[in-house]
Amino acid sequence: MPAVTETIETVQSVTESTYKWGFETDIEMEFAPKGLNEEIVRFISAKKNEPDWLLEWRLRAFAAWKTMEEPRWAAVKYPPIDYQDAHYYAAPKTKPGPKSLDEVDPELLKTYAKLGIPLREQEILAGVEGAGSVPAEGRMPVAVDAVFDSVSVATSYKERLGKEGIIFCSISEAVQEHPELVKKYLGTVVPQADNFFAALNSAVFTDGSFVYIPKGVRCPMELSTYFRINAKSTGQFERTLIIADEGSYVSYLEGCTAPMRDENQLHAAVVELVALDDATIKYSTVQNWYPGDAEGKGGIYNFVTKRGACRGARSKISWTQVETGSAITWKYPSCILQGEDSVGEFYSVAITNNYQQADTGTKMFHIGPRTKSTIVSKGISAGHGQNTYRGLVRIGAKAKGARNFTQCDSLLIGDLCGAHTVPYIENRCVSAKVEHEATTSRIAEDQLFYCRQRGLTQEEAVGLIVNGFCREVLKELPMEFAVEAQKLLQISLEGSVG
Amino acid sequence: MLRIEGLTAEIDGKEILKGIDLEVPTGEVHAIMGPNGSGKSTLSYVLSGREGYEVTGGSATLNGVDVLAMEPEERAAAGLFLAFQYPVELPGVGNATFLRTALNALRRAKGESELDAMQFLKLARERMKALSMPEDMLKRGVNVGFSGGEKKRNEILQMALLQPSMAILDETDSGLDIDALKIVADGVNAMRGPGFSALVITHYQRLLDYIVPDRVHVLMQGRIVKSGGPELAKELEAQGYASVQAAA
Repeated sequence: MPAVTETIETVQSVTESTYKWGFETDIEMEFAPKGLNEEIVRFISAKKNEPDWLLEWRLRAFAAWKTMEEPRWAAVKYPPIDYQDAHYYAAPKTKPGPKSLDEVDPELLKTYAKLGIPLREQEILAGVEGAGSVPAEGRMPVAVDAVFDSVSVATSYKERLGKEGIIFCSISEAVQEHPELVKKYLGTVVPQADNFFAALNSAVFTDGSFVYIPKGVRCPMELSTYFRINAKSTGQFERTLIIADEGSYVSYLEGCTAPMRDENQLHAAVVELVALDDATIKYSTVQNWYPGDAEGKGGIYNFVTKRGACRGARSKISWTQVETGSAITWKYPSCILQGEDSVGEFYSVAITNNYQQADTGTKMFHIGPRTKSTIVSKGISAGHGQNTYRGLVRIGAKAKGARNFTQCDSLLIGDLCGAHTVPYIENRCVSAKVEHEATTSRIAEDQLFYCRQRGLTQEEAVGLIVNGFCREVLKELPMEFAVEAQKLLQISLEGSVG
Repeated sequence: MLRIEGLTAEIDGKEILKGIDLEVPTGEVHAIMGPNGSGKSTLSYVLSGREGYEVTGGSATLNGVDVLAMEPEERAAAGLFLAFQYPVELPGVGNATFLRTALNALRRAKGESELDAMQFLKLARERMKALSMPEDMLKRGVNVGFSGGEKKRNEILQMALLQPSMAILDETDSGLDIDALKIVADGVNAMRGPGFSALVITHYQRLLDYIVPDRVHVLMQGRIVKSGGPELAKELEAQGYASVQAAA
């Protein structure tokens, strides 16, 4: 039928995305030689001036990694990765203490500008002396820790946070300044040999963020990290550790952009969250790494292990993710619900367009009594995109009265894409209640026409309908992030029309 | 002024409109009546540019501009509004968001400044009050869970906000009780004036008691077979379409 074909063609044409963050910063780099062996692990550890225990920890991880095999169970396809053909360390060369932004490498500033980082925060990030003492006025301040290819350039708002006893710094700095905390918690949620990519990360992680919120403190601002992958064929191995002590609260934002490349780049991060009694951690991600071009060439491989442990009673960990980028996404932010009455949440939007593949979901381990989890997953597939929700809800024998609610909705745009839902439920407790709902739908021709009759362009119409579809998830994001995420959804489904 | 000349159109190769000639001068309200399958809805979709309706001949101009050459959103910007027979549901899209996005798209096209959320709310509340619509309809998803009457009133609200110069109402009266019918009619009558014309498509004379048309046209088998004053509608009601067909 001509009507149907035409609709598909027009929808296709509006969903071909062009990557707006495709720029490359030319800054002198300090590389480790290509390849991965024990020497490289020692090199990284030495470069970072790490204590012996951490070097030993890395070496144990590396030894485990050598015996492991890449997981093959995910519904993603990609050519074999040559782990010996990448640099595992790259750091921008630093000059000490610029007096003003005029002295900062202009390329770095250009990158910040393209990322839309405000001037004041740029100063702080670039390490301008004396910057950062005054909080931004009139809006919720955001503390930024920019990870610019492996080395944290600077951390802002440190003083204000310091007054509350909050530690927010790069993990390298935490290793030096707060070794007792790092040693106590590192690898306790995601053990070194947890999986292939986590083991790789444990061996060669270069930097990442560290957060500690002391007892009873409500973090007065959103903590934010901009991740950027910038050097050609450097894998980026971030390690993030967030600890919320008893009765504390923190909201952490992770935003990601990567410059355009035609080589696939590997990203294997590990994020560990620990929530003690009555503590809450809200972790939000907006990920728009380069997805590859319209033919599927290039793009980031995103193999991430994110896991939170609700160790304390009545603790809560909430993951919210908006995944619009990367060629391949392999990611399952999970919650271990140990503490009684602890709560785990997972809100996800994943878009795959062109040849993107996403295999993402969550794992909820109910261990303690009356633990609760909520999973809301919205998958959008366009072009040749393949989108898989893969989730596990496991309820242990002692999790009396545990409850889970899962909702998986898929939206298809065009007829060449795919949506798959793979929910696993394992229940060993009779008093537990588990619910699962799933739907699959399309953007209907009459919906598009209705919007266009009211004056919206095809792109605006698709954007509006997709945003409506994702509303339950987007409302979980902090305000400023939600606006950005809505724009991203539109951009990633945007094309040549108009 | 809407001018249609010799308009023919088909769906999937089947000719539905077989040469429509029609003029709706600025400031006038015309009614199109006709039995099922006569091409009434097809005419409204062809004029508003829905996919799958292929124009095979003739022309249609709005204020001298060829609308058939335009994208649907360009026709909307040119002042054409279609009140849908079956308003479409947009789950998760707030009615207020939808209405503001649409209003601002049209304002942009006209080179006017966009309304911010507060300005829009003020305007929307005024219009809703005039249509006796509860304010919570702004917060709900577009047409989601709306009753038949609410959906039709929502169409009229959109018309009142978007202020088109030419509105086509496609069986807006179907499924309405008498109170809702009055509200819809009031909404249309409030728009009447020198800058507004409308084409009211209906099966029944009932709506035309409340929206009194300047002219009534009878559409049968893809052609306008008879035109006349408002009395024609009453005639049809009394004698049925068969009498017109016999005469034609």
